[in-house]
Amino acid sequence: MDFLLLGLTATTWQQLVMYGIGATLIYLAISKKLEPALLLPMGFGAILVNIPFSGALHTTMSGIGEVAGILEWLFEVGIEASEAMPLLLFIGIGAMIDFGPLLSNPKLILFGAAAQFGIFATVSIAVLLGFPLRDAASIGIIGAADGPTSILVSQVLRSEYVGAIAVAAYSYMALVPIIQPFAIKLVTTKKERAIRMPYNPKSVSRMARLFFPIVVTLFAGYVAPASVSLVGLLMFGNLIRESGVLGSLSETAQNAFANLITLLLGITISASMQAERFVRYETMLIMVLGLLAFVFDSIAGVLFAKFLNLFSKNKVNPMVGAAGISAFPMSARVVQRMGQQADSQNHLLMHAVGANVAGQIASVIAGGVILGLVPGMLV
Amino acid sequence: MIELFKQSLTLMWQGMLAIFVVIFLIYLVLLLFPKIFKNGK
Repeated sequence: MDFLLLGLTATTWQQLVMYGIGATLIYLAISKKLEPALLLPMGFGAILVNIPFSGALHTTMSGIGEVAGILEWLFEVGIEASEAMPLLLFIGIGAMIDFGPLLSNPKLILFGAAAQFGIFATVSIAVLLGFPLRDAASIGIIGAADGPTSILVSQVLRSEYVGAIAVAAYSYMALVPIIQPFAIKLVTTKKERAIRMPYNPKSVSRMARLFFPIVVTLFAGYVAPASVSLVGLLMFGNLIRESGVLGSLSETAQNAFANLITLLLGITISASMQAERFVRYETMLIMVLGLLAFVFDSIAGVLFAKFLNLFSKNKVNPMVGAAGISAFPMSARVVQRMGQQADSQNHLLMHAVGANVAGQIASVIAGGVILGLVPGMLV
Repeated sequence: MIELFKQSLTLMWQGMLAIFVVIFLIYLVLLLFPKIFKNGK
Protein backbone atom coordinates (compact mmCIF):
# COMPACT_ATOMS: atom_id res chain seq x y z
CA MET A 1 0.00 0.00 0.00
CA ASP A 2 3.07 2.24 0.11
CA PHE A 3 2.39 3.42 -3.44
CA LEU A 4 -0.65 5.37 -2.21
CA LEU A 5 1.59 7.51 -0.02
CA LEU A 6 4.47 7.80 -2.46
CA GLY A 7 3.46 11.27 -3.69
CA LEU A 8 2.77 12.57 -0.21
CA THR A 9 6.08 11.44 1.22
CA ALA A 10 7.99 12.80 -1.78
CA THR A 11 6.56 16.31 -1.38
CA THR A 12 9.21 18.90 -0.56
CA TRP A 13 8.74 22.23 1.25
CA GLN A 14 9.74 23.98 -1.99
CA GLN A 15 6.80 22.34 -3.74
CA LEU A 16 4.50 23.51 -0.98
CA VAL A 17 5.82 27.06 -1.54
CA MET A 18 5.01 26.66 -5.24
CA TYR A 19 1.44 25.62 -4.38
CA GLY A 20 1.22 28.86 -2.40
CA ILE A 21 2.59 30.87 -5.33
CA GLY A 22 0.19 29.13 -7.72
CA ALA A 23 -2.75 29.83 -5.40
CA THR A 24 -1.66 33.48 -5.08
CA LEU A 25 -1.52 33.88 -8.87
CA ILE A 26 -4.98 32.34 -9.22
CA TYR A 27 -6.27 34.62 -6.45
CA LEU A 28 -4.80 37.72 -8.09
CA ALA A 29 -6.26 36.68 -11.43
CA ILE A 30 -9.78 36.00 -10.15
CA SER A 31 -10.26 38.37 -7.23
CA LYS A 32 -8.10 41.29 -8.35
CA LYS A 33 -8.52 40.72 -12.10
CA LEU A 34 -4.76 41.20 -12.61
CA GLU A 35 -3.87 39.91 -16.10
CA PRO A 36 -6.23 36.93 -15.55
CA ALA A 37 -5.66 35.44 -19.01
CA LEU A 38 -2.03 34.79 -18.13
CA LEU A 39 -1.81 34.64 -14.35
CA LEU A 40 -4.60 32.08 -13.95
CA PRO A 41 -3.09 29.49 -16.33
CA MET A 42 0.36 30.16 -14.89
CA GLY A 43 -0.93 29.75 -11.34
CA PHE A 44 -2.72 26.50 -12.09
CA GLY A 45 0.24 25.26 -14.11
CA ALA A 46 2.56 26.01 -11.19
CA ILE A 47 0.52 23.57 -9.11
CA LEU A 48 0.39 20.95 -11.89
CA VAL A 49 4.14 20.78 -12.44
CA ASN A 50 4.97 20.65 -8.74
CA ILE A 51 2.93 17.61 -7.84
CA PRO A 52 5.53 14.90 -7.15
CA PHE A 53 6.08 12.65 -10.20
CA SER A 54 3.73 14.93 -12.14
CA GLY A 55 2.59 13.44 -15.42
CA ALA A 56 2.48 16.96 -16.85
CA LEU A 57 6.29 16.72 -17.07
CA HIS A 58 8.46 14.05 -18.67
CA THR A 59 8.74 11.10 -16.32
CA THR A 60 10.70 7.90 -16.34
CA MET A 61 8.62 4.81 -15.69
CA SER A 62 10.33 1.59 -14.68
CA GLY A 63 10.05 -1.00 -17.41
CA ILE A 64 8.85 1.55 -19.94
CA GLY A 65 11.39 4.37 -20.01
CA GLU A 66 10.73 8.05 -20.55
CA VAL A 67 7.12 9.13 -21.02
CA ALA A 68 6.38 12.60 -22.38
CA GLY A 69 4.45 15.06 -20.21
CA ILE A 70 2.18 17.51 -21.98
CA LEU A 71 3.40 20.75 -20.38
CA GLU A 72 7.08 19.96 -20.76
CA TRP A 73 6.46 18.83 -24.36
CA LEU A 74 4.56 22.04 -25.12
CA PHE A 75 7.40 24.05 -23.57
CA GLU A 76 10.05 22.24 -25.62
CA VAL A 77 8.14 22.52 -28.89
CA GLY A 78 6.35 25.83 -28.51
CA ILE A 79 8.88 27.90 -26.60
CA GLU A 80 12.29 26.24 -26.29
CA ALA A 81 12.70 24.91 -29.83
CA SER A 82 11.23 27.74 -31.86
CA GLU A 83 9.88 30.47 -29.53
CA ALA A 84 6.74 29.97 -31.63
CA MET A 85 4.18 30.77 -28.94
CA PRO A 86 5.41 34.20 -27.83
CA LEU A 87 6.17 35.12 -31.43
CA LEU A 88 2.81 34.05 -32.85
CA LEU A 89 1.07 36.04 -30.13
CA PHE A 90 2.51 39.17 -31.75
CA ILE A 91 0.36 38.60 -34.84
CA GLY A 92 -2.70 38.91 -32.63
CA ILE A 93 -1.30 41.91 -30.75
CA GLY A 94 -0.44 43.66 -34.01
CA ALA A 95 -3.96 43.10 -35.30
CA MET A 96 -5.35 44.68 -32.13
CA ILE A 97 -3.31 47.91 -32.28
CA ASP A 98 -4.61 51.07 -33.89
CA PHE A 99 -1.57 53.19 -34.69
CA GLY A 100 -3.81 56.12 -35.69
CA PRO A 101 -3.06 58.32 -32.61
CA LEU A 102 0.66 57.83 -33.24
CA LEU A 103 0.45 58.50 -36.98
CA SER A 104 -1.43 61.72 -36.38
CA ASN A 105 1.19 62.94 -33.88
CA PRO A 106 4.55 61.36 -34.87
CA LYS A 107 6.50 63.10 -32.10
CA LEU A 108 4.99 60.66 -29.64
CA ILE A 109 7.02 57.79 -31.06
CA LEU A 110 10.17 59.24 -29.47
CA PHE A 111 8.76 58.55 -26.01
CA GLY A 112 8.61 54.86 -26.84
CA ALA A 113 12.38 54.84 -27.27
CA ALA A 114 13.14 56.80 -24.09
CA ALA A 115 11.00 54.58 -21.90
CA GLN A 116 13.11 51.52 -22.71
CA PHE A 117 15.94 52.87 -20.56
CA GLY A 118 14.76 50.86 -17.57
CA ILE A 119 15.78 47.67 -19.38
CA PHE A 120 19.42 48.67 -19.59
CA ALA A 121 19.61 50.30 -16.15
CA THR A 122 18.27 47.08 -14.66
CA VAL A 123 20.79 44.97 -16.58
CA SER A 124 23.61 46.97 -14.97
CA ILE A 125 22.13 46.58 -11.49
CA ALA A 126 21.57 42.85 -12.02
CA VAL A 127 25.21 42.48 -13.05
CA LEU A 128 26.31 44.29 -9.89
CA LEU A 129 24.19 41.85 -7.88
CA GLY A 130 26.15 38.97 -9.37
CA PHE A 131 23.97 37.74 -12.23
CA PRO A 132 25.82 36.62 -15.37
CA LEU A 133 25.20 38.86 -18.39
CA ARG A 134 22.77 36.45 -20.11
CA ASP A 135 20.58 36.34 -17.00
CA ALA A 136 21.00 40.07 -16.29
CA ALA A 137 19.85 40.91 -19.83
CA SER A 138 16.91 38.53 -19.47
CA ILE A 139 15.93 40.17 -16.19
CA GLY A 140 16.35 43.65 -17.66
CA ILE A 141 13.94 42.85 -20.47
CA ILE A 142 11.15 42.71 -17.87
CA GLY A 143 11.38 46.48 -18.35
CA ALA A 144 10.07 46.06 -21.88
CA ALA A 145 6.72 45.72 -20.06
CA ASP A 146 5.86 43.11 -22.63
CA GLY A 147 5.29 39.51 -21.51
CA PRO A 148 5.93 37.68 -24.81
CA THR A 149 9.13 39.68 -25.44
CA SER A 150 10.38 38.86 -21.93
CA ILE A 151 9.71 35.15 -22.43
CA LEU A 152 11.29 35.16 -25.88
CA VAL A 153 14.47 37.01 -24.92
CA SER A 154 15.06 35.03 -21.73
CA GLN A 155 14.49 31.79 -23.61
CA VAL A 156 16.78 32.66 -26.54
CA LEU A 157 19.52 33.75 -24.12
CA ARG A 158 19.06 30.40 -22.33
CA SER A 159 18.44 32.07 -18.99
CA GLU A 160 17.65 29.69 -16.17
CA TYR A 161 15.08 32.11 -14.77
CA VAL A 162 12.45 32.05 -17.56
CA GLY A 163 9.61 31.19 -15.16
CA ALA A 164 10.43 33.91 -12.63
CA ILE A 165 10.91 36.47 -15.41
CA ALA A 166 7.54 35.64 -16.96
CA VAL A 167 5.78 35.91 -13.59
CA ALA A 168 7.48 39.25 -12.86
CA ALA A 169 6.73 40.65 -16.33
CA TYR A 170 3.02 39.83 -16.25
CA SER A 171 2.56 40.74 -12.59
CA TYR A 172 4.11 44.18 -12.97
CA MET A 173 2.20 44.85 -16.20
CA ALA A 174 -0.94 44.28 -14.19
CA LEU A 175 0.40 46.51 -11.41
CA VAL A 176 1.17 49.46 -13.70
CA PRO A 177 -1.71 51.48 -12.16
CA ILE A 178 0.11 51.25 -8.81
CA ILE A 179 3.76 51.43 -9.92
CA GLN A 180 3.59 54.28 -12.41
CA PRO A 181 1.86 56.95 -10.28
CA PHE A 182 4.55 56.42 -7.63
CA ALA A 183 7.37 56.71 -10.19
CA ILE A 184 5.84 59.69 -12.00
CA LYS A 185 5.30 61.63 -8.77
CA LEU A 186 8.97 61.13 -7.89
CA VAL A 187 10.03 63.30 -10.85
CA THR A 188 7.12 65.68 -11.53
CA THR A 189 5.44 68.56 -9.74
CA LYS A 190 1.67 69.02 -9.63
CA LYS A 191 2.10 72.03 -11.93
CA GLU A 192 3.86 69.86 -14.51
CA ARG A 193 1.20 67.16 -14.25
CA ALA A 194 -1.43 69.81 -14.92
CA ILE A 195 0.11 70.89 -18.26
CA ARG A 196 -2.62 70.75 -20.88
CA MET A 197 -2.02 69.46 -24.37
CA PRO A 198 -4.47 70.46 -27.08
CA TYR A 199 -5.64 67.51 -29.15
CA ASN A 200 -5.97 68.34 -32.83
CA PRO A 201 -5.98 65.00 -34.59
CA LYS A 202 -4.90 65.11 -38.21
CA SER A 203 -6.60 62.72 -40.57
CA VAL A 204 -4.44 59.71 -41.33
CA SER A 205 -4.58 58.45 -44.87
CA ARG A 206 -5.23 54.81 -45.64
CA MET A 207 -1.92 54.60 -47.50
CA ALA A 208 -0.04 55.87 -44.44
CA ARG A 209 -1.67 53.16 -42.34
CA LEU A 210 -0.75 50.54 -44.95
CA PHE A 211 2.86 51.63 -45.38
CA PHE A 212 3.54 52.16 -41.67
CA PRO A 213 3.99 48.45 -40.73
CA ILE A 214 6.18 47.84 -43.78
CA VAL A 215 8.41 50.85 -43.07
CA VAL A 216 8.80 49.94 -39.39
CA THR A 217 9.74 46.36 -40.28
CA LEU A 218 12.34 47.47 -42.82
CA PHE A 219 14.02 50.04 -40.56
CA ALA A 220 14.03 47.79 -37.53
CA GLY A 221 15.25 44.91 -39.68
CA TYR A 222 18.19 46.78 -41.14
CA VAL A 223 19.41 48.36 -37.88
CA ALA A 224 18.58 45.46 -35.56
CA PRO A 225 18.14 42.30 -37.68
CA ALA A 226 17.52 40.16 -34.59
CA SER A 227 14.29 42.09 -34.06
CA VAL A 228 12.78 40.97 -37.38
CA SER A 229 10.86 38.03 -35.97
CA LEU A 230 9.39 40.19 -33.17
CA VAL A 231 8.73 43.39 -35.11
CA GLY A 232 7.87 41.52 -38.31
CA LEU A 233 5.09 39.44 -36.80
CA LEU A 234 3.72 42.43 -34.84
CA MET A 235 3.60 44.47 -38.04
CA PHE A 236 2.26 41.53 -40.06
CA GLY A 237 -0.70 41.42 -37.71
CA ASN A 238 -1.16 45.16 -38.10
CA LEU A 239 -0.99 44.94 -41.90
CA ILE A 240 -3.73 42.30 -41.84
CA ARG A 241 -5.83 44.74 -39.78
CA GLU A 242 -5.17 47.77 -41.96
CA SER A 243 -5.37 46.00 -45.32
CA GLY A 244 -9.14 46.18 -45.22
CA VAL A 245 -9.44 43.02 -47.31
CA LEU A 246 -8.81 40.45 -44.60
CA GLY A 247 -11.60 41.25 -42.22
CA SER A 248 -12.17 37.71 -41.03
CA LEU A 249 -8.44 37.01 -40.65
CA SER A 250 -8.03 40.23 -38.68
CA GLU A 251 -10.98 39.30 -36.49
CA THR A 252 -9.56 35.82 -35.94
CA ALA A 253 -6.06 37.14 -35.16
CA GLN A 254 -7.44 39.63 -32.62
CA ASN A 255 -9.74 37.20 -30.87
CA ALA A 256 -9.67 33.43 -31.37
CA PHE A 257 -6.01 33.19 -32.37
CA ALA A 258 -4.67 35.55 -29.69
CA ASN A 259 -6.84 33.87 -27.05
CA LEU A 260 -5.69 30.40 -28.04
CA ILE A 261 -2.00 31.32 -27.95
CA THR A 262 -2.45 33.22 -24.67
CA LEU A 263 -4.13 30.20 -23.12
CA LEU A 264 -1.36 27.85 -24.24
CA LEU A 265 1.44 30.28 -23.41
CA GLY A 266 0.27 30.76 -19.84
CA ILE A 267 -0.06 27.09 -19.00
CA THR A 268 3.08 26.16 -20.96
CA ILE A 269 5.36 28.69 -19.28
CA SER A 270 4.50 27.05 -15.99
CA ALA A 271 6.70 24.12 -17.05
CA SER A 272 9.57 26.42 -16.09
CA MET A 273 8.10 26.94 -12.62
CA GLN A 274 9.32 23.72 -11.05
CA ALA A 275 10.16 24.17 -7.38
CA GLU A 276 13.86 23.34 -7.60
CA ARG A 277 14.32 26.05 -10.25
CA PHE A 278 11.89 28.63 -8.85
CA VAL A 279 12.12 28.61 -5.06
CA ARG A 280 15.44 30.31 -4.51
CA TYR A 281 16.90 33.59 -3.43
CA GLU A 282 17.46 34.75 -7.03
CA THR A 283 13.70 34.69 -7.72
CA MET A 284 13.16 37.29 -5.00
CA LEU A 285 15.91 39.43 -6.52
CA ILE A 286 14.30 39.11 -9.96
CA MET A 287 10.97 40.34 -8.58
CA VAL A 288 12.69 43.40 -7.06
CA LEU A 289 14.71 44.07 -10.22
CA GLY A 290 11.60 43.77 -12.39
CA LEU A 291 9.90 46.40 -10.26
CA LEU A 292 12.94 48.66 -10.59
CA ALA A 293 12.87 48.22 -14.36
CA PHE A 294 9.30 49.54 -14.53
CA VAL A 295 10.17 52.47 -12.25
CA PHE A 296 13.26 53.40 -14.30
CA ASP A 297 11.25 53.15 -17.54
CA SER A 298 8.66 55.58 -16.22
CA ILE A 299 11.23 58.01 -14.84
CA ALA A 300 13.25 57.95 -18.08
CA GLY A 301 10.12 58.64 -20.13
CA VAL A 302 9.17 61.61 -17.92
CA LEU A 303 12.69 63.07 -17.92
CA PHE A 304 12.90 62.72 -21.71
CA ALA A 305 9.63 64.63 -22.09
CA LYS A 306 11.02 67.38 -19.83
CA PHE A 307 14.17 67.44 -21.96
CA LEU A 308 12.12 67.88 -25.16
CA ASN A 309 10.17 70.69 -23.47
CA LEU A 310 13.43 72.66 -23.21
CA PHE A 311 13.40 73.02 -27.00
CA SER A 312 9.69 73.06 -27.73
CA LYS A 313 7.12 75.86 -27.85
CA ASN A 314 4.21 73.48 -27.35
CA LYS A 315 4.94 71.88 -24.01
CA VAL A 316 4.33 68.19 -23.55
CA ASN A 317 2.90 67.01 -20.27
CA PRO A 318 5.90 65.04 -18.92
CA MET A 319 3.64 62.22 -17.79
CA VAL A 320 3.01 61.34 -21.44
CA GLY A 321 6.66 60.24 -21.55
CA ALA A 322 5.93 57.61 -18.92
CA ALA A 323 3.24 56.15 -21.20
CA GLY A 324 6.01 55.15 -23.61
CA ILE A 325 6.13 51.67 -22.08
CA SER A 326 4.45 48.74 -23.75
CA ALA A 327 1.78 48.05 -21.11
CA PHE A 328 -1.26 49.01 -23.17
CA PRO A 329 -3.71 50.53 -22.35
CA MET A 330 -2.98 50.57 -18.61
CA SER A 331 -0.21 53.13 -18.86
CA ALA A 332 -2.25 55.55 -21.00
CA ARG A 333 -5.12 55.32 -18.51
CA VAL A 334 -2.77 56.07 -15.60
CA VAL A 335 -1.57 59.24 -17.33
CA GLN A 336 -5.12 60.33 -18.13
CA ARG A 337 -6.23 59.77 -14.53
CA MET A 338 -3.24 61.57 -13.03
CA GLY A 339 -3.70 64.46 -15.44
CA GLN A 340 -7.29 64.86 -14.30
CA GLN A 341 -6.27 64.66 -10.66
CA ALA A 342 -3.97 67.63 -11.25
CA ASP A 343 -6.53 69.52 -13.36
CA SER A 344 -10.03 68.17 -13.82
CA GLN A 345 -10.21 69.61 -17.36
CA ASN A 346 -6.95 68.04 -18.48
CA HIS A 347 -7.48 65.41 -21.19
CA LEU A 348 -4.29 63.55 -22.02
CA LEU A 349 -5.70 60.18 -23.05
CA MET A 350 -5.14 60.32 -26.81
CA HIS A 351 -1.59 61.67 -26.44
CA ALA A 352 -0.84 58.97 -23.89
CA VAL A 353 -2.35 56.30 -26.17
CA GLY A 354 -0.03 57.46 -28.96
CA ALA A 355 3.01 57.17 -26.69
CA ASN A 356 1.74 53.84 -25.40
CA VAL A 357 1.50 52.23 -28.86
CA ALA A 358 4.94 53.70 -29.61
CA GLY A 359 6.09 51.79 -26.54
CA GLN A 360 4.77 48.59 -28.07
CA ILE A 361 6.92 49.12 -31.15
CA ALA A 362 9.98 50.21 -29.15
CA SER A 363 9.74 47.30 -26.72
CA VAL A 364 9.95 44.69 -29.47
CA ILE A 365 12.81 46.62 -31.07
CA ALA A 366 14.52 46.64 -27.65
CA GLY A 367 14.04 42.87 -27.43
CA GLY A 368 15.66 42.46 -30.83
CA VAL A 369 18.50 44.83 -29.93
CA ILE A 370 19.24 42.82 -26.77
CA LEU A 371 19.22 39.61 -28.80
CA GLY A 372 21.52 41.21 -31.34
CA LEU A 373 24.06 42.61 -28.88
CA VAL A 374 24.21 40.27 -25.89
CA PRO A 375 25.30 37.01 -27.63
CA GLY A 376 28.34 38.83 -29.03
CA MET A 377 29.32 39.86 -25.50
CA LEU A 378 29.04 36.32 -24.14
CA VAL A 379 31.83 34.98 -26.36
CA MET B 1 32.49 41.83 -11.89
CA ILE B 2 33.88 45.22 -13.00
CA GLU B 3 34.46 43.85 -16.50
CA LEU B 4 30.88 42.59 -16.60
CA PHE B 5 29.59 45.95 -15.38
CA LYS B 6 31.53 47.72 -18.12
CA GLN B 7 29.94 45.32 -20.63
CA SER B 8 26.49 46.20 -19.28
CA LEU B 9 27.25 49.90 -19.72
CA THR B 10 28.37 49.21 -23.29
CA LEU B 11 25.12 47.32 -23.81
CA MET B 12 23.26 50.33 -22.40
CA TRP B 13 24.67 52.95 -24.74
CA GLN B 14 24.72 50.72 -27.79
CA GLY B 15 21.23 49.43 -27.09
CA MET B 16 19.69 52.85 -26.47
CA LEU B 17 21.49 54.23 -29.52
CA ALA B 18 20.14 51.43 -31.74
CA ILE B 19 16.60 51.91 -30.42
CA PHE B 20 16.75 55.69 -30.90
CA VAL B 21 18.18 55.33 -34.42
CA VAL B 22 15.35 53.02 -35.50
CA ILE B 23 12.68 55.11 -33.80
CA PHE B 24 14.11 58.36 -35.17
CA LEU B 25 14.15 56.98 -38.72
CA ILE B 26 10.54 55.92 -38.33
CA TYR B 27 9.76 59.38 -36.92
CA LEU B 28 11.28 61.05 -39.99
CA VAL B 29 9.23 58.86 -42.31
CA LEU B 30 6.08 59.62 -40.32
CA LEU B 31 6.78 63.33 -40.81
CA LEU B 32 6.99 62.70 -44.55
CA PHE B 33 3.83 60.59 -44.76
CA PRO B 34 1.39 63.57 -45.03
CA LYS B 35 3.49 64.97 -47.89
CA ILE B 36 3.77 61.64 -49.67
CA PHE B 37 0.14 60.59 -49.26
CA LYS B 38 -1.74 63.78 -49.97
CA ASN B 39 -5.54 64.00 -49.87
CA GLY B 40 -5.79 60.65 -48.21
CA LYS B 41 -4.52 58.82 -51.29
